[in-house]
Amino acid sequence: MNKPLRRIAIFCGVLILALLVRTNYLQYVRADELNTRDENRRVRIERYAHERGDIIVDGKAITGSAVTKGSDFKYKRVWKNGPMWAPVTGYSSQAFDASQLESLEDGILTGNDDQLFFDRTLSMFTGEKKQGGNVVTTLNAAAQKAAFQGLGDKKGAVAAIDPQTGAILALASTPSYDPSTFAGNSDTDTKAWQKLLKDKDKPMLNRALRETYPPGSTFKVVTAAAALENGLYTDIDGKTDSPLPYRLPQVSTVLQNEGNIPCENASLREALRMSCNTVFGKISDDLGNQKMMDEAGKFGFNKEIFTPVRADASIYPKDNRPQNAMAGIGQASNRATPLQMAMVAAAVANDGKLMQPYMVAERQAPNLDVIYTHEKEQLSQPLSGENAQKLQQMMETVVKSGTGTNALIDGVTVGGKTGTAQHGLNNSEKPYAWFISYAKTDSGSPVAVAVVVEDSQANRDDVSGGGLAAPIARDVMKAVIDNK
Amino acid sequence: MSVVTNTTTIGAIDAPSRRNTELGLMAFAIGISVFAYANVGLAIDGELPSGMLGYGLGLILLGGVAHLVVRKFAPYADPLLLPLATLLNGLGLVLIWRLDQSPRLIQRAKSLFGAFSPDAPKQLMYSAIGVALFVVVLMVLKDHRILQRYTYISMAVALVLLILPVFFPAVNGAKIWISLGPFSIQPGEFAKIIIAVFFSGYLMVKRDALALASRRFMGLYLPRGRDLGPILVIWGLSILILVFETDLGTSLLFFGLFVIMLYVATERTSWIVFGLLMSAAGAVGVATFESHVQQRVDAWMDPFACYTTDGACQQIGDAIMSFGSGGTLGTGWGQGNSDLIGFAANADFILSTVGEELGLAGMMAVLLIYGLIVERGVRTALAARDPFGKLLAIGLSGAFAIQVFVVAGGVMGLIPLTGMTMPFLAAGGSSVIANWALIGILIRISDTARRPAPAPAPSSDAEMTQVVRP
Repeated sequence: MNKPLRRIAIFCGVLILALLVRTNYLQYVRADELNTRDENRRVRIERYAHERGDIIVDGKAITGSAVTKGSDFKYKRVWKNGPMWAPVTGYSSQAFDASQLESLEDGILTGNDDQLFFDRTLSMFTGEKKQGGNVVTTLNAAAQKAAFQGLGDKKGAVAAIDPQTGAILALASTPSYDPSTFAGNSDTDTKAWQKLLKDKDKPMLNRALRETYPPGSTFKVVTAAAALENGLYTDIDGKTDSPLPYRLPQVSTVLQNEGNIPCENASLREALRMSCNTVFGKISDDLGNQKMMDEAGKFGFNKEIFTPVRADASIYPKDNRPQNAMAGIGQASNRATPLQMAMVAAAVANDGKLMQPYMVAERQAPNLDVIYTHEKEQLSQPLSGENAQKLQQMMETVVKSGTGTNALIDGVTVGGKTGTAQHGLNNSEKPYAWFISYAKTDSGSPVAVAVVVEDSQANRDDVSGGGLAAPIARDVMKAVIDNK
Repeated sequence: MSVVTNTTTIGAIDAPSRRNTELGLMAFAIGISVFAYANVGLAIDGELPSGMLGYGLGLILLGGVAHLVVRKFAPYADPLLLPLATLLNGLGLVLIWRLDQSPRLIQRAKSLFGAFSPDAPKQLMYSAIGVALFVVVLMVLKDHRILQRYTYISMAVALVLLILPVFFPAVNGAKIWISLGPFSIQPGEFAKIIIAVFFSGYLMVKRDALALASRRFMGLYLPRGRDLGPILVIWGLSILILVFETDLGTSLLFFGLFVIMLYVATERTSWIVFGLLMSAAGAVGVATFESHVQQRVDAWMDPFACYTTDGACQQIGDAIMSFGSGGTLGTGWGQGNSDLIGFAANADFILSTVGEELGLAGMMAVLLIYGLIVERGVRTALAARDPFGKLLAIGLSGAFAIQVFVVAGGVMGLIPLTGMTMPFLAAGGSSVIANWALIGILIRISDTARRPAPAPAPSSDAEMTQVVRP
């Protein structure tokens, strides 16, 4: 009977061997894949098992962590002044995942990033509690506050950048939301989240980066830049070839100006000061669609921008002649984000050099060692220095004696451009009020800002870039300058 | 006295008793368990658990008594079986105690049953009963061949045990429990030993008839109906009962047990062929009319499909992720999240806690411990000098191996999950008691097998032929 016994012994050995092979396969070969599966709740438990690192503005944390009870997620995220900072931080919720900086910098904030491997290994031996690293932003708390308070209960957005470096100084969007209300995973969190999703005002939409508006007359700055760069006109005070009334090419529509203003053959400076549709519409048509697209592209149009949070691509459309003429004054299918228009103002203010916008200045390890520092980087050069200075003079005239006088700041040179963008079918809806501007001191320009207000509460007649948006831009610029 | 070296596995003469080896290994097994207990306490509460002294003393008492009884009543028994069983039992207690601390499982029990009661104290009590039964087996069963007398009684008892649960309400979809007041037992665990006794007794008597008096049919030798009939009927009955009780793991176990013992008894490979054919037919047959089985097979084919269809089969996926999260070295005792599995985390799925908290290294160790128990069992079968002992030892070890494979393979997604307990590790009174009895019988057989042959009686002729020197 021993021969079959030995065979049974081998059979039992094979059974155990099969189990050994299987456990090796699961725990060694497939371990990483199983460990990161969406179904694996451990991934989220681990994410919230430690205090998350902070997002820092002006040396102070604008985020924090709170201990939660009755759940296997130990910590939840809290934000200080959540609604004001939400367009910068995004949210990080136990139940609803994360967005924007909270999501993009998750590796640093949780301490799981590969760059922190050494720290993690070290603290494993020293027995320190696992901690996340910090993300230091470029934002300016005073400017952000000015922007957020300036928008108040109006619907709109503000983007401000430092023209010389590309650092984002303010990024406000209203109506906003408080990410702290749904950071946990209780029933109240779910209710708050669903309420936000259903809100028709879309409070979770980051209007500064993710909403494109028709830029209206603020786009005339780009059109003027295209005219100068392509040599269509060189003297900003010379007469342009602009008939009044100006009929759009190929169609019978006549392009109107806002009110009865002397735009016939007006110089570039005067045309920008008074915001002549006819002059800039004709420039766009004279240059043609391709040249306009090229120049807009140099300012950053037609591609997504990563700050590192993604900003939607602003669009200068490829289009037929009449539409191209309309796009030249910021109408038709021309669309821009507030960040994009701030970049336009910044490029002009920085003598034609457009810097890559960014909002993460540094990443810090849990022990505050800096593991990443942003190097400023030029994105493109939409204007020559000489042409940039001409455009600056034009924009400064707008603020001194044109439609943008509301943006004047004592003792500071301010250049700007108003815009009142029509939208809706047959322009039936209330227009958007735009204002883009920059401030300039002896040491160059510290701030360029774009403001858009899409206010449905105001009377249609009251809606104008100069009236609604310029004061907000002024406050933001003033906050930056006073803070220097 | 000269030592006779023996090249067979029997090693009949002057085999060392190895009792001190056993004692050393026992100390090691208990030490590891106590260390594990301390480890869990430190990981969960940051301090040594308060029950550590009691737990340590309890284990030392159980292990010490078992060892002393073996020393007294089975001095030549295999030295590995008892320490291995003690180690598994001790580790199982720690695992169960660790899962008792899980806030998630406490919460779950409270919301489902209104109250939570820890399983570790119960398991400790059942372990004590198990060791008591082990002691009784060794003290009462002086020679395993006594069991041979109860061949047909075993058959009747096994059938009764298997049929009884039908009259009790189903628990979690399977009718495998007999509830008596606060206690409930799973008779399948005991039936596995008893039916092995019946098979051994019957096959020992009929093995020659089965092997030799056969007709040739299609190139295979078929035994006569009168020889094979009774055993086939009993086996078929038990499988049928188990299928109706939807206790699939146990029916698989009985089937494997039957084929192994028949093969060993008759030494005919054709039984393996028959066995495989019949199991294939049975599996397909059962799968076609049992929706329960189909669900299990679906969950096995794609464990993660359940997460999208909202089915109740997420346990397999959870268990597999548990193993993956453990990785090579595991998270450490008390620091994993295997309790996410919820239902049966400390019973059928206890192995996933091993996988997650002890990692690949711990899993391999645990599987090898099971492998060693099986190997020592087969070795006992080889060493046994009587066919009944051989058959019983191989039957019990084979059943043990199949049970380990079916449970571990099911939990790891190697085969469809059928639901049985991991011997000694899993929470469950019947399982731990029955397996202690199983180890007791194996130790008894190995003691008989390794006991040195009695010294030859002094020959009366010796004196006569002595050369008397002047």
